[in-house]
Amino acid sequence: MSSTAETIQPHAPTLPEPNLSLWLRQIRAIVAFDLKKNFFGKRSLLVYLLAVMPIALLTLVVLLSPKVPAVNTLPTIYSVFFNSVILRTIVFFGCAWIFMNLFRGEIVDRSLHYYFLSSVRRELLVTGKYLSGLLTSVILFTIVTVVCMMLIFVPHSFSSSLRFFFEGAGLSQLFWYVTITILACIGYGAFFLVVGLFVRNPIIPALVLYGWEWINFLLPPLLKKISVIHYLNSLVPVPISEGPFAVVAEPTPAWISIPGLLIVTALVLFLAGTRIRRMEVRYGTD
Amino acid sequence: MRYEPANTIIFDNVSKFYGEILGVNRVTLEIRAGITSLVGPNGAGKTTLMNLMCGLLRPTRGTVSVLGIPTDQPQLLFRKLGYCSQFDSFPRGLTGREFIVAFLKISGFTAKQAGELAAKSLARVDLLPAADRKIGAYSKGMRQRVRLAQAIAHDPAVLILDEPLNGLDPMVRAETIALFKQLAVDGLHLIISSHILHEVDMMSDRVVLLNNGYVVAEGGIQGVREEMDVEHPVQVLIRCDRPSILASQIFQSADVIEARVHDDRKGLFVKLRNPDQFYLSLNTVVSEGEIEVESIAPVDDDLSAVYEYLIGAQ
Repeated sequence: MSSTAETIQPHAPTLPEPNLSLWLRQIRAIVAFDLKKNFFGKRSLLVYLLAVMPIALLTLVVLLSPKVPAVNTLPTIYSVFFNSVILRTIVFFGCAWIFMNLFRGEIVDRSLHYYFLSSVRRELLVTGKYLSGLLTSVILFTIVTVVCMMLIFVPHSFSSSLRFFFEGAGLSQLFWYVTITILACIGYGAFFLVVGLFVRNPIIPALVLYGWEWINFLLPPLLKKISVIHYLNSLVPVPISEGPFAVVAEPTPAWISIPGLLIVTALVLFLAGTRIRRMEVRYGTD
Repeated sequence: MRYEPANTIIFDNVSKFYGEILGVNRVTLEIRAGITSLVGPNGAGKTTLMNLMCGLLRPTRGTVSVLGIPTDQPQLLFRKLGYCSQFDSFPRGLTGREFIVAFLKISGFTAKQAGELAAKSLARVDLLPAADRKIGAYSKGMRQRVRLAQAIAHDPAVLILDEPLNGLDPMVRAETIALFKQLAVDGLHLIISSHILHEVDMMSDRVVLLNNGYVVAEGGIQGVREEMDVEHPVQVLIRCDRPSILASQIFQSADVIEARVHDDRKGLFVKLRNPDQFYLSLNTVVSEGEIEVESIAPVDDDLSAVYEYLIGAQ
């Protein structure tokens, strides 16, 4: 033992005592660090491909389709496209990829321990990473939603499209589609973040949820409520028919569905925050 | 002697099982400031002990506290603790400086503070010239050093280093050991695991010998060695001109258990029961002038011998 062993030298603490301002600073740092990875990391390529897909598809349709649909059918066409392609496929799988990789990606890369070795509450880590995923997904998929709507309307009739957006229901519909996209990112994001944190192979729960969301129209009204898509569909400005086999249920009003979705998301994140406190880093078994 | 929890790292009857596999079992330790080395073969439980200290693992039984802080409070623990792990992996695409700055900012330092602390720690491990190169382009030794820089960047009071000398060239090894010694003199707790026994021997104040998840021995190397005297008597090498005659003379002493002439016939290995008493009787033999003794040196009072006796034989 060295002669000075019993004397601990004071190490000037440069970090302030834990308080709200420190927590916000830490969350900001996590968000900034992860945003960079989400947008410019190797894994972002797949999300970009997903985001470009509906835009490329509609561009092709515009360029190649000789038939111009009637302007009054365009809102329904977009509603169908939004519901089946953007919401259920692009946003769903995009969120799955982005949010599952927030923690699972770190485990695969064996870099999660660096976060765990920082003097930050693990709950803040969940919050920061979730916010980074949310910002990434909202930015990308809001752009997709807006660009796709423009591609449906504008090329077919520019003047009537302008009227639709500035004198008709266009802007209001766009607002609701963007709102639904953001809410989808919020809801699916929380689910996939938790799955990525605690499930070794997150693909399976993701596929189970995908199947559940797709058969939602067949479910009895009570079961419909245990899904994200039910609440999102309730907000769609142009309702679409779900087919002859659909079980009709009363849509949930916006004043219930929006806060409801946010509350469930908060609960899921709270659960993640509680569980991550007990999480161990054992890459060998992951 | 019991030390204040605020100044020690305490393992209180700690066990860790990975399912049915034993990590460590019933470990009770008090680690004080200075350099403590964890020594043992692969799978002995060294990394498990270190990960328990950092909260990367949670004990199945018992409790661990570091300077009075429970290990499940990272927001407090890592203000005082730095860990240089064995995982040779990094977040992708970062330079050495960006890597250190990013995690300092996540810990709550401002950008300015983080920049200054990063530069200081990179300079301490002599990596400043390569600080702005991508870690992906670093050599193994440089990656080891950038991990070390990250561990010391926030000026911790406890530094845990899992095989910190791996991959370092001899020059950098010597500098790194000097850095560890300096940090220990500054009052830090350094807990180091290493396979290279002579380096551990050179820098450690205390050792904790582990085998199959159990603490086999702990304390100062000399103290541990002395406790083994009964089972493994001390052995000395006496360099002299007439070893056979010396052997016949010292065998009259009750303190000598065994004597064996060195292969080069210029020395004598002697196993002793009571070294101090033996040295007195040896003085008498030498003073008679018949034998010229050049030197007397213990040959098994170092860590290698302790390791060999306690672990190597099992």
